[in-house]
Amino acid sequence: MSRPRPEPVQVIKQRRDGVLRALVEGVPYIQFLGIEFERRGNELTAVLPFKDELIGNPLLPALHGGATSAFLEVTAIITLSWAFIWEDMESGALDVTNLTPDKLPRLPKTIDFTVDYLRSGLPRDGYARARINRSGRRYASVHVEAWQDHREKLYAQATGHFVMPNRQA
Amino acid sequence: MNDKNKMARQFIEALPHSRALGMVLEELDAGTAVISLPYDEKLIGDPKTGVVHGGAVSALMDTSCGAAVMSHPSNPHGTATIDLRIEYLRAATPGQRITTKATCYHVTRSVAFVRATARDEEAESLVATATGTFTVEAQR
Repeated sequence: MSRPRPEPVQVIKQRRDGVLRALVEGVPYIQFLGIEFERRGNELTAVLPFKDELIGNPLLPALHGGATSAFLEVTAIITLSWAFIWEDMESGALDVTNLTPDKLPRLPKTIDFTVDYLRSGLPRDGYARARINRSGRRYASVHVEAWQDHREKLYAQATGHFVMPNRQA
Repeated sequence: MNDKNKMARQFIEALPHSRALGMVLEELDAGTAVISLPYDEKLIGDPKTGVVHGGAVSALMDTSCGAAVMSHPSNPHGTATIDLRIEYLRAATPGQRITTKATCYHVTRSVAFVRATARDEEAESLVATATGTFTVEAQR
């Protein structure tokens, strides 16, 4: 028994980072908010670099609740879509050369989204990670956590339900 | 519009994130707020259809719910969102303005309860609904 030789590390990184970039850069609202995604293997961390436009209460100052909920929802949708694409990306079923947003599958659609504001968002960078609790053929349930200085001290968390796109036959 | 509401209007229209999105305060009266968001390509969440991102709708919902709390006759000094749940009933039609109406229907010493709806220009059917709870900050 011999297994195929593993792909060179640069080939793997280029493919995965390229798909992630196409996924994220295709959404104007993600660009408007300035959200970036960092990847470790298949794990994603969303980063929301601070800018004045994200402020809701200028007196405190604090991040706008809407900016926080959008950050959490973006993290949930991209993490879900990334998991949906992963297998096809790795198997070669998804053509990753000259990848443009219109060649990617449809994004999951949010059914409902519940945000829990745990402390006020400070005027500094935020981070978020999503955990897919269940992803079936049609529906998915996702939990998202966001923090700033301390990973343990969340400033917001959310749970959302999504309709998954159809798998191409 | 009384002085209190004039101040609330100025405060809401000065929120940097709401301004950046392009929100317009349409009505503000005793626990009810109507805020609209004109369509803009920067708000697109689905590049294939041009539909506005859910996050922009939730920012609009959050702002109108907070404004409804601030305009409540119990006269809260300030407010912050505790919890907000949004249900996305259908995709907003690309190119159309989204308008939310929020009603603060109950206030205790520490908590305000709010409901909100969102419509596009096809006014007969809702785009989204929201329910939220907000803090009530006392006068200092």
